[in-house]
Amino acid sequence: MRRHFAKNLPMTAEFAGNSAALPDTATGSLIHPRWVRVTHWINALAVLLMIGSGWQIYDASPLFNFIYFPRHFALGEWLAGALLWHFAAMWLLVVNGIVYVTLGIATGRFRRKLLPIRLHEVMRDLGAALRGRLAHDDLAVYNAVQRLLYLGVILAGIVIVLSGLSIWKPVQFKYLTAFFGGYDTARYVHFFAMASIVGFLTIHVVLALIVPKSLRAMIFGR
Amino acid sequence: MSRPRQPAKGVDPNLLIKDAAKLLPAPSRRLFLRGATSLGALAMLTGCDIIDGPTSENALRVISNFNDWVQARLFSETTLAPTFPESAVTRPFPFNAYYAEDEAPDINGDNYKLEIGGLVDNKTPWTLAELNRLPEVSQITRLVCVEGWSAIGSWQGVRLSDFLKLIGADTKARYVWFQCAEGYSNTIDMPSALHPQTQLTLKFDHKTLPQAYGFPIRIRIPTKLGFKNPKYVTAMWVQNNDAGGYWENQGYNWFSGL
Repeated sequence: MRRHFAKNLPMTAEFAGNSAALPDTATGSLIHPRWVRVTHWINALAVLLMIGSGWQIYDASPLFNFIYFPRHFALGEWLAGALLWHFAAMWLLVVNGIVYVTLGIATGRFRRKLLPIRLHEVMRDLGAALRGRLAHDDLAVYNAVQRLLYLGVILAGIVIVLSGLSIWKPVQFKYLTAFFGGYDTARYVHFFAMASIVGFLTIHVVLALIVPKSLRAMIFGR
Repeated sequence: MSRPRQPAKGVDPNLLIKDAAKLLPAPSRRLFLRGATSLGALAMLTGCDIIDGPTSENALRVISNFNDWVQARLFSETTLAPTFPESAVTRPFPFNAYYAEDEAPDINGDNYKLEIGGLVDNKTPWTLAELNRLPEVSQITRLVCVEGWSAIGSWQGVRLSDFLKLIGADTKARYVWFQCAEGYSNTIDMPSALHPQTQLTLKFDHKTLPQAYGFPIRIRIPTKLGFKNPKYVTAMWVQNNDAGGYWENQGYNWFSGL
């Protein structure tokens, strides 16, 4: 961490806002600035609301006859309620997502934390992870598998929003809908983007519970 | 039932508070617990009464009204719904309603008359024969159901904006309200009523509209969800007040534009 501070100026700037409130102590430096933590938890809420209501909407007209989401996990009592939730939480998801992605690019955090992603590093770290030998001494540095998953879920987030817009407005945004292969295909894209986000969330939550200090860092920043 | 809590006799309340304060975890620890609690609450969110209850429903309706406003602004009278070739028509085209197909209204076309009311100059009712003599427009467009499925249909009839002009409707009015034979109803915004693809539909696939698809009249609006395309229409009123609709009144989004 120290060497990063010394040679990477944008990072220092990024931390400047928080350093007064949370002085750098011997226990460690800031891993997640406040904007990352705030947008992370708002996003967590928005994603849960979108998935819960989305599953209920899916059940009204399932894409696969072998996939049906139990009523217990669905949000909104019935289709009308689920739609109200979905089209309310979308604002939270999109506005918060725009803030997160804009700051991620503007502060250089994405470039610094998520890039580069090299195939041989992914294979190496994936192998280490599966053997339970992946080190977590420095939570500020993401391993190659983390980088791939975090970048992947950001892209899935962009795809799910754009495919969602093309389902919601297949006339006003007809060129976007056409980009996704038309209305019916856009529904499948939206579904698989959801499925990949749910897959990510499963791994993400399990690993956060296995390494609790990472959860702590996302709450306190360190 | 509820009575104020009294500390036990002989105990100084202030001292009690001080003692309790010592038991509280350090500020950071407390924050962590709060975070953990809200995480737990989040996991419980789905299916719980607090968020499915009437309070949240009212808040959600406020946002739904906001979404009506957003959709009205996204709507463009010059943006046309995509059209398709004859070969793309979904066959058989699905029947969908809140009742079974054999319960659909069975209307006698011979003595049927479309009632006209509200802010229009000529309120004379229209027979089917008279409506069929008006210039015909045709479209092959996608009907998108609020449930998510869609189907492509071939519809013929009178352009609604032409018909509104013909009867001397006040097109500065805000809404057009449709009453249907089975008690169904819909209110639509005037800009959507004047959209060039909005059609007073008399035929499906170039044949008299079958009973399942809304005989004698369906209002086909390819810029709106299927439930905003009323079938078995018996009356049309031009007005400035929102008379709601069958599904809209139950919580479905009012504008429901595509």
